[in-house]
This record gives sequence, structure tokens and C-alpha cells, in this order.
Amino acid sequence: MAESIKDKVAIVGMGCTKFGERWNADAKDMITEAVDEALQDAGVELKQIEAIWQGTQWGTQLSEGGVATGTLVSGTLQTQYIPVTRVENACGTGAESLRGATFALAAKGYDLVMAVGVEKVKDMGFGGLPSVWIGRWEPVYGAFGTGPGRYAMAAVAYFAKYGLSNEEGKRVLAEISVKSHSYGAKNPKAHLRREVTIEQVLNAPMIAWPLGLFDCCGVTDGASAAILCRAEDAKKYRKDYVNIKAFGMSASPGWGKERIDYDFTYWDATQHAAKAAYAEAGIKNPRKELDMVELHDCFSIAELIASESMQLCETGKFKEQMTATRAYYHDGEMPVNISGGLKSFGHPIGASGCREVYEIYKQIQKKADLPARQVKDVKLGLAHNQGGHPGKFICGVTVIGQP
Amino acid sequence: MAGIVSYGAYIPMYRLSRAILGQVWGGGGKGEKAICNCDEDSITMAVEAGTDCLKGTDKKSVDAVYFASTTAPFKEKQSASFVAAALDLREDVIASDFGNSLRAGTLALRAALDAVKAGSAKKVMVVVADCRLPAPNSAGEGALGDGAAALLIGATDIAVEIEASAYTYSEFLDVWRLETDRFQRQWEERFILDEGYEAHMKKAFAAFLKVHKVAAKDFTKAAFYGPNARSHQTVATALGVDPKTQLQVPLFDSVGHTGAAMALMTLVAALEDAKPGDKILFGNYGDGTDVHSLKVTQAIDKIKDRRAIKRHLASKVMLENYGKYITFRGLMEFEQTPMTRTRTALTAMWRDRNWVYRCHGHHCTKCDKTQFPLQKRCMYCQAEEKYLEEVPLSDRKGVLFTYSMDERTAVTDPPNILGAINLDGGVRIFSQVTDRDVKTVKVGMPMEMTFRRIHDALGVHNYFWKCRPARD
Repeated sequence: MAESIKDKVAIVGMGCTKFGERWNADAKDMITEAVDEALQDAGVELKQIEAIWQGTQWGTQLSEGGVATGTLVSGTLQTQYIPVTRVENACGTGAESLRGATFALAAKGYDLVMAVGVEKVKDMGFGGLPSVWIGRWEPVYGAFGTGPGRYAMAAVAYFAKYGLSNEEGKRVLAEISVKSHSYGAKNPKAHLRREVTIEQVLNAPMIAWPLGLFDCCGVTDGASAAILCRAEDAKKYRKDYVNIKAFGMSASPGWGKERIDYDFTYWDATQHAAKAAYAEAGIKNPRKELDMVELHDCFSIAELIASESMQLCETGKFKEQMTATRAYYHDGEMPVNISGGLKSFGHPIGASGCREVYEIYKQIQKKADLPARQVKDVKLGLAHNQGGHPGKFICGVTVIGQP
Repeated sequence: MAGIVSYGAYIPMYRLSRAILGQVWGGGGKGEKAICNCDEDSITMAVEAGTDCLKGTDKKSVDAVYFASTTAPFKEKQSASFVAAALDLREDVIASDFGNSLRAGTLALRAALDAVKAGSAKKVMVVVADCRLPAPNSAGEGALGDGAAALLIGATDIAVEIEASAYTYSEFLDVWRLETDRFQRQWEERFILDEGYEAHMKKAFAAFLKVHKVAAKDFTKAAFYGPNARSHQTVATALGVDPKTQLQVPLFDSVGHTGAAMALMTLVAALEDAKPGDKILFGNYGDGTDVHSLKVTQAIDKIKDRRAIKRHLASKVMLENYGKYITFRGLMEFEQTPMTRTRTALTAMWRDRNWVYRCHGHHCTKCDKTQFPLQKRCMYCQAEEKYLEEVPLSDRKGVLFTYSMDERTAVTDPPNILGAINLDGGVRIFSQVTDRDVKTVKVGMPMEMTFRRIHDALGVHNYFWKCRPARD
């Protein structure tokens, strides 16, 4: 019979590279950077690691034309014939790399394992993501939809459903971006480190109406890593280890946007993944019980809708319960994306999910880089990571906390 | 007996004011011309005109489709088969292309009439479309426009009888394009008009009237091809028709010279106003002549609900500037960014042909929901494929549920508008929105389906359906 994963597995070391346009670093450099930090943090040597889950969407395919298999990590780190499993769920890849590592430990297949997320995207020669590979998957279907184009449809639908004028709606979204940038500015490893004003956000060049430049996350290079063991072994490595409380993982059937009953104002896979994670972690009132949330805010509207879909506020009440009350700031009632989020910390596809957990892990250990970003007394946090687009998401929700 | 059972036409939504050409190149010019959107060509315009023509007709009753054009998008690969598929015609329909002549449309018409008379087909659709590319700063740039017309030929419910016809051929060389020519070539205009169009048409009309012992005054309308307004008028004068009451002037000032489509578009314009009993003198020119005497029957009143010429003409958006125009026509080289290339997989297009070309969705017989594109399992109740029935969706109207305007997608005419459209019968379509005025796009606006050239990739034109704000 299936058992709960709660408190069975612990994170004993984590690493995260500086995120950004890393012109002088390739995937191998960043893997090494993140893994070295994680090994040092855990106080272990690479040869102690028995298996690795490598999360990447493209590996080195965008630049060097080849590798996305586990040999990217084995070749970089010169691991000696241990298993390296490459996992990929688009932007939700990171959560899946941690999940694979966690369940392998729970199954007692290994004692000490690692999850590594990496993406090198800035070798392409143009801004944005290569999702404009028109016709790669469906020769003609998909309407040339890009990330911003598809998420923007949700913003228009949300404004219409809740009676926000374009100006009101844009302002609610702009407030989110102002918050993200304020924390990115305070985070040395973040990609975008400049504060912005509401006016700057509102007047920025349009990317996909109604989303402007500052409504969209950076296109980022980076890597992150986590070292995990079973909870009963964690004390061997450190005192302030952090436990996995729950994994919620949900793949939507994927035709949401083609269903007449989907209105684009909620993320269905996120709802399901959060519900499963809350049940496993024993969370009844997420807004009250979660001390912080790192959620998948590739766009400002993504933070708004994910917040509602995970019940961090009531559905349709984001403006009243998050914006007006400033609940989502680090000293608010429901801190969200105090790292700067995907929006400002950056979003290297395969690394983001693990990076979100890194932020919560550090916050629980009271090791936020600057006091201005330290959330008070974090015992329980949630990382939300999703890939795909509105109506077709695969979502991973990871809850971690003090043992 | 064979005659015209139905008619239809198509004029692209975009118009280019000739004043804009004057601003760019100097000189003047009155009126405007209709131009294809960047996702339109002769195939897509033929589908539009064919859809208009088949309104109210059981598509399964069409036995043949003849596509005529001088601008078939493929040199090798038939256009009529794409048109037939997009119109969701039966698979045993005879599809054939007619080309290489400005008279291709009326020659296809003759073939259709012959087939019906011979009994080898009960209903044949003739559809003619042209979008010739004029060279920048040429006379043609102001003159040439894009458009299409369609006629359904049958033996019953005839709305227009073809009483008599006469044909000539001519080796006269006036306008041409060689294999590698992008733009039309022509000999000195005075020669090709005097000795070509005017001499040939005057002679053909005179001979026709003499043989059939009729006079120009016996006709309600004269609807015939003309290379330009002045030459057209010269022939009309020689023919003896009253320019005010009898002459159906081709749409030089509002649509432009639509090549092979002009004669039939002019005829359709005449038929829109025709009453039972009217007689129409119809003629075409190009590599010879043809002249026809047509008689309108009572059945004409049953097919007046087409968009045809008048409604398409009224529904328009003026192109803002010349830059847009040359971009649409691919007439200029632009900065290249190392964007990854558009791709296609003809294998996938073939596997998906029933929804890619025919716009079929699935109706679930278990939960009664309809969905697009075709599914392996019902997206509502997960019923297996055996419970899913194909239904055509291209004729359904809808409303825009939500949208976005993406400025960064590598499309010819940004922003790329992504739309979720709710079609009648509870069907959601996720689609690009074309033929739109960016300033007026809004949630809830009425929408309809349109067949478009969605992109070119790996040297192939790829076609698929899009949505557009419903035209009046």
C-alpha cells in the first residue's frame, strides 16, 4: 500500500549559481558551480553520491547541438558510472528532478543522491525562448503561441471575468512586478537586480498585450543542485537539514484551452498538484500555515493566478487580499517570491524548480543573503513549478519544512 | 441543359489606397485596390469564394471542382485538390486546375458546362482566383488587385441560363510571365491595347451579335473584361452599350485588375443586381476571346444572400502604409535575426488532414460535446475514439472568448493575435486571429473561420484554418 512521503527524506545540501546572462559560462561551468556549492554545504564528496537526477529542457542542444542525456552531468563532473537520469517537464523540470531523487531514497534504492537542474539558453542569438520553433511539434496547429502570448490570454480573460478595466488590471499586475524587482534587487544571485516603479512597468514596451516587458521574466542561464538522504540519516550531515513534506505532481490532460468550459483564470494542474500536496503535508489553510511560497511567476499574471489556484488567497480576490494588503511581501501575511521569483531571480528552465526550493531551504536556515529579505521564522514553505501553458500544464508542488 | 446554379466571390479585406503609392513614388492615382493579406493566396481566396458560392448547397452534391488562376501557389502540385479538401468536398470529386491564361476562368466554365451537358457530372464548381505580383513603381502596382469568384454549374435550379457562347483563340502576345519571372512582362501598351484587347473584343462582340441576330440594346447588362477603364470604355462604345445603364464596369477603382478573376467577378457583380428575365452579354479576353449571352431566371432570387461582391467590397480595412504592403508581398529584404527556423512535417500534415484541411472536429456520442482538433479520447468525458464522430466546423460562427497580441512572434504581420474562440454548438477553437484591425479586437466580438496559408517552411506552403472577426 502506498505510503506518504512526508518526513521520509531530507535535504542536507544545496547550491545555486548566480543567475543571469552568463556569457562566460556554459552548462558545464554552471553545473560545476552549483554542485560544488551543494557538496560543500552538505560536507560531502562527490564520490559519496550514488545517483543523480539531471533536470534540463535542452541540455547543450541549443548551443553545441548535442547532449541532453545524463552524460551532460556525468561528463562534466566525471562521475564514475553511477546512474544519471535526465528528466524533463519543460519549465516544470526542476520539481521532477527533486521528486525522482526523493522517491528513489524512500524506496531505499540509495542512501545519498543529488538533483541537478541546469539551463544554458543565452547561446541562441536572440531574446526570448526558442519556443518559436514554429511547426516543430504540430506543423500548423498552435497559432504560433509563445509563452507571453499564451499567458497574456489569461490576463485578458481574468480582467474580463472580474470586471477590471485594462488600466486596473495592468496596475494589479504591475504591483506584482514592482515587488519581484524589489526583492531581485536585494538578492545577489538574482538575474534582474534593479528596482522598478509602477510607472516604469506600466509604460514599458509591449511584449504581448496586455503583458509588457516588466510583466515577463528574464531569459536566464543558471543551475541549481540539491543533495538528499533519508531523514533518519540527515543528522550525519548537518543539524539544520530540511525535510520533504510533500510532493504534488499533476499533468493536465492538455486540451484545457480547447475546452469550452475553461476560462483561463485558473491553472487546473496547479490546483490538483497543490491539493495533493496539502493533503500529504496535512495543510488545511495554506495562507495561514505556509510561512512562505516560491511560485512559478514566469509572468506577473502567472503569480496572480497561481496564488489563487493554490488558495493563497480567495479566487478572484487577489487584488483585495494580496495587492491591497501587501500580504505577499516578506513581512506580510503570505510572503510570495521573496527571492525575486522567476520574474527577477531569473528562469533557467531546468534549474528553476530546484532553485525555488533553494530559497526556502536557505530561509528556513535563516540564511537569506540580506536581512531585508529574511522572512521571519520560516518553518514550512512551498515551491510551485510548472511547465507548459494555460490549459496544458504539468505542475510540481514541493512542500518542505523543518523536521 | 446546363447553367449557373449559384455564384460567390471574394475580395480580401485589406485595401491599399493609390494615394499611398503616389506618396512613395510620386504621381497620382485615384481609388484603391484590394490586396491579399500576408496569409492569403489564390488557393485561400478560392476557398473563400467557393464557400460563398456553396452557401445553402449540400457540399456532397458537388461532383467536380475546377480551379482557375495564373498564380497557382505551386508550379507542380495541384491547387484544386487543396480547395476541394478545404471545402470538405467528397473524395471522389474530379479536381482540376486551369491556368496560364487570363481567360482560364471562362475556359474552366466551358469545361464545366460541357461536363454537366454530357451528364458526366451533375454539379461542377468553377472557382477562379488571382493575386498577381506587380513590380514596385510599375503601372501594375497601382492597377493590379486580388480577388476571386466562383460559379456552381448544374442542370437543375438554374439561375442563369447560358443561351449561346462563342470562342476564339489567339496567338497574340501581349502580356506574359516566363518560368522564372516574378513580375508580368508586356509589349508596348499602345500596341497591346489597340491591336490586342480592343481589336479582338470588338471583332468577337460584332461577330456574336451578327450570328445570333441581336443588338447590344437587347441586353440588360454588358459585363466583360477590360485591361483598364479606358480601353474597357472604348470597347463598350464600339459595342453600342449605354455606359450609364447597361455597362457593368469592372472594379478598377475599388479592387483593381484581378487578372483571371476579373471577368467572372464582373459577372457576379452584375448577377447581384439581376432580376428574373434580365439578359446579360458576358465576355472575356486573353489568348483569344469568349462571348456569351446569359438569361436570368426566377431562381436568381433564391441566391441573393451571398457576400459576393457588394458585401465583400463594403467590409474593408485600409492598409496603413506602403511598408506593410511590401512586407505582405515579400518585396523587400529585411534584417535577419538568428531565430530558429519554421519547420513542417508533411507526414504529420497528411496524418492530420481531416482537421488540418477539412476543419473536422469530433463530436462525442457519449457526452454530446464537440471538440477540435480530432482526439484520441474525448477531452470532456474521456470516451474512446470509437465514440467520436467527425463533424465539419468551418462554417460555424463564434465569438472571441479571450485573446492576446504578441509583438514578438516571428510572423509577417505582428502582433500575432492568439484567440480562444467559442464556436456555435459549444466548440472551442484555439487559433490565430487574422484580417483584424488591432484597434478594434475585443472580447465577445463575432468571429468566423477562414482557410489560410499559415506559413512557409522547408520550401512548402502550409495551409490551415484561422479565425477572423466576422465580415458583414
